[in-house]
Amino acid sequence: MAAHLSVTVNGTVREADVEPRRLLVQLIREDFDLTGTHVGCDTSQCGACTVHVDGKAVKSCTMLAVQADGSDVTTIEGMASAEGLHPLQTAFWEHHGLQCGFCTPGMIMTAAALLASNPDPTDDEIRHAIAGNFCRCTGYQNIVIAIRAAAAAMRAGSTAGAAS
Amino acid sequence: MTTDMLGKSVKRVEDRRLITGGGRYVDDIKLQSMAYCAILRSPYAHANIRSIDTSAAKAMPGVLDVMVGTDIPYNPLPLAWPAGGSAGLQNNVNTPRALATDSVKWTGEGVAAVIAETPEQAFDALEAIVVDYEPLPTVVDAEKATQPGAPQLHENAPNNIVFDWTVGDKAGTDAAVDAAEVVVRQRIVNQRLIPNPMETRGDIGLYNPGTDEYTIWMSSQTPHIQRILLAIFVMGIPEHKLRCISPDVGGAFGTKIFCYADYVVVLHASKRLGGRAVKWIESRRENYQSTIHGRDHITYLEIAGSKQGEISAVRVKTYANLGGRLSTIGPGIPTTLYARVLSGCYKIPNVFAEVIGVYTNTVFVDAYRGAGRPEATYVIERAMDLFANEIGMDPAELRRRNFIAPDKFPYENPSGLGTASGGAKIYIDSGNYEPAMDKALAMAGYAGMDKAKAEARRRGKYLGVGLSTYIEVCGVAPSKWIGAVGEGWGAAMWESANIKVHLTGKVVVTMGTQPQGQGHETTYAQVIGHELGIPMEDIVVQHSDTQGTPMGYGSYGSRTSSVGSTAAIRAAAKIREKARRYAAHMLEASVEDIEVDGAEYRVKGSPDKKKTFQEIAFALDLAFDAPEGMEPYLDETAYYDTPNCTWPFGTHVAIVEVDEATGHVDLVKYVAVDDVGNKINPMIVDGQLHGGIAQGVGQALWEGAVYGDDGQLLSGSMLDYAMPRAAWFPHLELDETVTPSPVNPIGVKGVGEAGAIASTAAVANAVNDALKPFGIRHLDMPLTSQAVWKAMQSSKGAQA
Ligand code: FES
Ligand code: FES
Repeated sequence: MAAHLSVTVNGTVREADVEPRRLLVQLIREDFDLTGTHVGCDTSQCGACTVHVDGKAVKSCTMLAVQADGSDVTTIEGMASAEGLHPLQTAFWEHHGLQCGFCTPGMIMTAAALLASNPDPTDDEIRHAIAGNFCRCTGYQNIVIAIRAAAAAMRAGSTAGAAS
Repeated sequence: MTTDMLGKSVKRVEDRRLITGGGRYVDDIKLQSMAYCAILRSPYAHANIRSIDTSAAKAMPGVLDVMVGTDIPYNPLPLAWPAGGSAGLQNNVNTPRALATDSVKWTGEGVAAVIAETPEQAFDALEAIVVDYEPLPTVVDAEKATQPGAPQLHENAPNNIVFDWTVGDKAGTDAAVDAAEVVVRQRIVNQRLIPNPMETRGDIGLYNPGTDEYTIWMSSQTPHIQRILLAIFVMGIPEHKLRCISPDVGGAFGTKIFCYADYVVVLHASKRLGGRAVKWIESRRENYQSTIHGRDHITYLEIAGSKQGEISAVRVKTYANLGGRLSTIGPGIPTTLYARVLSGCYKIPNVFAEVIGVYTNTVFVDAYRGAGRPEATYVIERAMDLFANEIGMDPAELRRRNFIAPDKFPYENPSGLGTASGGAKIYIDSGNYEPAMDKALAMAGYAGMDKAKAEARRRGKYLGVGLSTYIEVCGVAPSKWIGAVGEGWGAAMWESANIKVHLTGKVVVTMGTQPQGQGHETTYAQVIGHELGIPMEDIVVQHSDTQGTPMGYGSYGSRTSSVGSTAAIRAAAKIREKARRYAAHMLEASVEDIEVDGAEYRVKGSPDKKKTFQEIAFALDLAFDAPEGMEPYLDETAYYDTPNCTWPFGTHVAIVEVDEATGHVDLVKYVAVDDVGNKINPMIVDGQLHGGIAQGVGQALWEGAVYGDDGQLLSGSMLDYAMPRAAWFPHLELDETVTPSPVNPIGVKGVGEAGAIASTAAVANAVNDALKPFGIRHLDMPLTSQAVWKAMQSSKGAQA
């Protein structure tokens, strides 16, 4: 039996009829064709599927699509704005925080949630915050550097914004 | 003047799509009326298949087709690299079929495939397939599998032995061991690993009945090789009727080099469905059972020398687990790529290795980042530490005394590299090992270690320091060497590049290599921009599609920067030469009088008479005024076969603290000084090292594939397999020495595997050093808290 649901994805209201067993990640990838959110495992370990649901970082393979009914979802495709890339995207690019790029969307979403609650994290805090996101390519080093750089850029940006 | 980007840390061209969710991996591709495939996998590690009943599954909703092994009329998968050598070419090849027909040899071997309208329907139908198995006894340990009475996997391989292969001078080595003042012996296990690229494998097969052509999208490091293997060796279809496309690949680390059964399944399924596309995506748990594993050696090591630290011989016997059937180049890894580099960067005069390849009821084993060389490095680097401990010498000093001296290159080692079959000479191209080691020791504060150890003891910690002075073989390989059957994989290994300069001077480069995250679209643009004097932005680099890229052997073995770049440089040289000839025509000068400076082609002595690269391209592409005999357009291809491999080296130093109460190992400092020759893009080189080091540390401390005696994979999901996490690593400290390789024009050596080759031994040596006060000489990996704690407890017990 299909269930009808409505979700705001990256600012646009989207509707779908889904099987009750459909996962949020499948809804995003298969029904809404937003393939930037990846699937790296089947045991909720890897974090490649991380998105924001109502502002919180969520592994979208751990949530049923129907549980997201009525919520506000942001995926990697929604991170850049008309002004350009999100500071985390810029920092990952600048500091070589990605190689194959498969973990990257999930990493950026997790990092964005971290910086929302902790705008000036230490390296240690960053490493713990992304402990649920696996990357096999980078050894995490440049990811940590990129997140630290993005935090600095965002702090500078918000001070500049406040001053003007 | 265009800025030359060669050697600079340029931001990567491919990143914009990858950071915005615009990457295109196999699972992101949706084709019209695409059907989905799910594969039923054996729950038994060893069984005969008595019958398979698919009738109920066929009647399930949405099911389009159910196939079993006998429905697929093709050959088993090919073995490209049988072991050769002293015992002759192995003649007991057992490789997987698309789906197993009469028996299964490991848990996870595919036995049936369902094709349905949706993935869910396909998975549901798997449960309705009834397979009648006759379970058989199992063996998972390579050494035990060769013992009398062990379960037998294949009739043509008595005692499960795939090959018994030797290299080196046995008599000389035996005599040197017998005569030595000191001989240290140790059994060393290099545990099995699951490679874990973050993107699993997956494929889409598409048959076109109108043209009788097949297309496959695959997450592969080697689309061109797959075309050859699938078309010629498996399916028996004309090569030009198969197109292989490898889109963005989400990491590979060797696992995606090989020819896999699912390729055949999706292609054949599409044909049976009259041309509907069929997609199969590997789940992570399937990945642990259907994609190759790495390592899995048991080695009996003997290292002999004098009390003054002169190493005279190394003798090893290694059991290499190759799994239930052989993967594409499985036998090549523990033979040529392992035993021939066992002596590392040391001038050890006598080396003899016996390698026994073994069938067991486990997933097949093949190349995983480093492929044989991490195993060799682990053995020799542990051996150096064991020997140093035995004679009471500092491990760094022992290494120093045995390094090949910088004036001895090119150097032929005694384990047979220089005398490989076919007469092709492979030699260590260059090296200068001491400066790299000295730099690393200084960075690590090696001189102050005793103090640091004492200080740690006061905090309840045992501090240990470990070195790994590695070399690796990169830039594989001269075709006449690697192509020798038994020595290599019986095929060539040159590389290719095509450069097309369009009307406006914009350049499209197509390469035979295949990236998996290394940033080829950036680095090749840096190289070609340098060669042609044009901005990187004017160059686009394409790859990954057998239609539209020149034949090439793909990316693995740290070969792309050395072999691929040289092909690109040669293609650029041809472009430059033709542009020069046309410039001469345009400027009414003789060709000899045209000098090229970046993108400017000038008449010598009259600097005002000049044409830009773009002007030449425009005129030559239009060809309104081409001289007699000159073809229009700037379009050149180069094929390049390397004369030798390249040999990066370096010293890695790990410092660990072991907690006395819990056995927890904390990696507190990691220093790496690597010499990878010149660098095309230092930022990318560092990234490769970070990732490689992390993988190697993962092996030393946490990772391990564990099988039960019944052949069940106990570390069967990401929940159970210890994937390294960010919080477990310190900030890695990198530095370099630079010894350009003489093998290629830009002096690069390759770096894809170096980190993984070096780091395992450095960390394991550090932990063993930390455990010295407990009288522990050698502890096998992974050095988990539990393993270390247990060892400390039993040694305390023994001492009490
Ligand atoms: S796919 Fe969701 S955590 Fe791995
Ligand atoms: S960049 Fe490849 S997994 Fe993180």
